[in-house]
Amino acid sequence: MLAELGHFSLVLALLMAILLAIYPLWGAQRGSATLMATARPLAIGVFLFTAFAYFCLSWAFFENDFTVAYVAHNSNTLLPWYYRLTAVWGGHEGSFLLWVLIFSVWTVAVAVFSSSIPREFLARVLGILGLVGVGFYLYMLLASNPFERLLPFFPVDGRDLNPLLQDFGMIIHPPLLYMGYVGFSVVFAFAIAALIAGRLDSTWARWSRPWTLAAWIFLTLGIALGSWWAYKELGWGGWWFWDPVENASFMPWLVGTALLHSLAVTEKRKVFKSWTVLLAISAFCLSLLGTFLVRSGILVSVHSFASDPTRGLFILALLMLVIGGSLLLYALRAPQLRSIGRYQLVSREMMLIGNNILLSAATLVVLLGTLLPLVHKELGLGSISVGAPFFDQMFVYLTVPFVFLLAMGPLSRWKQQSTSALGRHLLMAFGISVSAALLIGLGSDSFSYMATLGLVLSIWILVATVQEVRQRIAGSGEMFAGIKQLTPSHWGMVLGHLGFAVMIIGIAMVTSYSQERDVRMAPGDSIELAGYTFQLQGVEPLRGPNYTGHVAIMDIYANGKKLNHLEAEKRFYTVQRSVMTEAAIDVGLTRDLYVALGEQLNNGAWALRVYVKPFIRWIWAGALLMAIGGCLSLSDKRYRMAKLAHKASTSEKPQMGKASAMGEIKRADV
Amino acid sequence: MNPRRKQRLLAVSAVLVVVAGAIGLMLYALGQNIDLFYTPSEIVQGKKGVKPQVGQRLRVGGMVVEGSVRRDPDSLAVNFDLVDTGPMITVSYQGILPDLFREGQGIVATGYLTQAKHIEAEEVLAKHDEEYMPPELAEAMKGIKHVKPSEAGYQKE
Repeated sequence: MLAELGHFSLVLALLMAILLAIYPLWGAQRGSATLMATARPLAIGVFLFTAFAYFCLSWAFFENDFTVAYVAHNSNTLLPWYYRLTAVWGGHEGSFLLWVLIFSVWTVAVAVFSSSIPREFLARVLGILGLVGVGFYLYMLLASNPFERLLPFFPVDGRDLNPLLQDFGMIIHPPLLYMGYVGFSVVFAFAIAALIAGRLDSTWARWSRPWTLAAWIFLTLGIALGSWWAYKELGWGGWWFWDPVENASFMPWLVGTALLHSLAVTEKRKVFKSWTVLLAISAFCLSLLGTFLVRSGILVSVHSFASDPTRGLFILALLMLVIGGSLLLYALRAPQLRSIGRYQLVSREMMLIGNNILLSAATLVVLLGTLLPLVHKELGLGSISVGAPFFDQMFVYLTVPFVFLLAMGPLSRWKQQSTSALGRHLLMAFGISVSAALLIGLGSDSFSYMATLGLVLSIWILVATVQEVRQRIAGSGEMFAGIKQLTPSHWGMVLGHLGFAVMIIGIAMVTSYSQERDVRMAPGDSIELAGYTFQLQGVEPLRGPNYTGHVAIMDIYANGKKLNHLEAEKRFYTVQRSVMTEAAIDVGLTRDLYVALGEQLNNGAWALRVYVKPFIRWIWAGALLMAIGGCLSLSDKRYRMAKLAHKASTSEKPQMGKASAMGEIKRADV
Repeated sequence: MNPRRKQRLLAVSAVLVVVAGAIGLMLYALGQNIDLFYTPSEIVQGKKGVKPQVGQRLRVGGMVVEGSVRRDPDSLAVNFDLVDTGPMITVSYQGILPDLFREGQGIVATGYLTQAKHIEAEEVLAKHDEEYMPPELAEAMKGIKHVKPSEAGYQKE
């Protein structure tokens, strides 16, 4: 019964979305306050009905209602209750329901937190979100209904959740990632609304900045979590595989990062307007493309869901509609967008152009590498695959100039920067980073070019960031007063950049100094790797709620002292009849010790995989720092001051003047 | 030319140079990292008349022949045969095979062709699914159904 109610509730949500797509947009066009006022209640309605549908499906999982096909395919009575609840997004249909739920959460958030935005503009934004929502809800109801029943013949027990997904990382990874993906639909809606209104001014940039930041923070955390989960769950010890689905989440992130920077320029300097709009549109289109790649079954990857041609076609049509429609609107309106600001060759604007070009180039590289195998196959040229070395190589080439500009950007002034002052700073940063990296590199046992390059890059960022902060606080005379004066959004930038530096160290160290050995071991055997001794104590049978298996007990010694005791498991999930490796990891700030149990060999011996991964935690720590930086920026009073200022005066001119004057004052002490 | 135009020209040409360089580099790197996919019979008989060269890097997908997996008693070296509809080839691998590697099941291996019918694999993949058969292989083996009887009737579709 509840399943039918859930289905019905989804239909109602679709109806609400249709109304949301019509009334407010129409009202904004005609200037009718009554019609525009429908936007907020409709948005809340969409959310409530979706939330109820989500609750119904969760309940079906909790109660083990195997008459619902989706529950029967993704759950089992032996599954612990918390995994039963997270199994809701363990398959295609349910994860799309989560997607839609998150979409409605964003819509409600826009409706609730945008009281400062003129109601005409808000009505348009919500209307566009409604329009996008219609596409999502139609897709769900027509092509992937999670409430379908298996009646009258339903199974006694379910087929269990994919064992890969029975993990804590999986509980939070998809919701975070979806928050990021879907968050870009808000940014998209703001851009389209501004295009319709024909008013792409810096107020638009200021309004969409916090939403972009929020979506970007979620996406950053989601991707980092996914990487961490793959590292510990897939048992290969890798943290990034250039898997098509990883790429699908990485592309919106790259474009989103470019968008964050270009929005800053549009807000502060009123330039790059049309480019910023284009980025906002592409970020969302790439999110949709990701969905298409994952859900159409067109790609083979660890993430892909069961293939069904209708699903693929539907998303492809939606994708075409969104891309075509928004680009058409863009083409019609873009000529009207004139940038007023002027700037010189050496200026912060130019650095940020460089940032945007490099990030777009990186997106293109990933897009090409991901889609080329598809295109090749569709053209009948045979199956190919693009290897990870391609991406690795390209990203090294792109990261070096990117980091070079990253240090220069914050040190430069808007409009024009004196070359000699910048040169002095850079020379110092260059000297410090190269000599420090060389000292560290030569001091270590084995010299590696890649690791040294990584060190140079991250120390370069570090030194330049410190210089920039000092430059900012120098004017106020006393150090603490100066530090206090810095805004949270400035600290956000500093943390974001430092996070990137930390991540580069992690990546450079892991790729250069990782050591791995696949070994054959019998109980009592021990091996030596990077100064650690791994001794296999024994392999014992294992019994879990819905699996059986073996556990290898491994003691680790360093310099004759026992360091840790690891238990690496090999599980056999009885219902899905699949084998899973649960790696055991000794976590450390400067190295991870990683043990994974392989297959059983003859005479009691086992195959084991042992890794020493230096600095791997730094990769995720860097991502976390970036996300914290994003949160700091988000907490900046500026976004709320804009609200107050707006309430005080309805015209934007004085407000803008004030903001840029404030910017000038801040820069004046340089 | 007035200075502003000159500056613009400079900026635009700089961008063009960077873009052209980037695309060139990208295509070069791409050309070196594309792995073509073959089935065992395509390696032996050629794919559309073209046989892969010895020493070439490639991907091969096939079913592991029952009873062909031979492990070295002292190390992790392993040999097994792959087949689709025609002749077999042999794959050598050093290391731990994936969890779902079984005889009679479909796998994909990436590596180098060292002799006409022998591949040194760097990576062996088996999907986390018992019924898995690489789609390229399923296509090459059209007509051979790989559906478990227990599957029929369970799912609605």
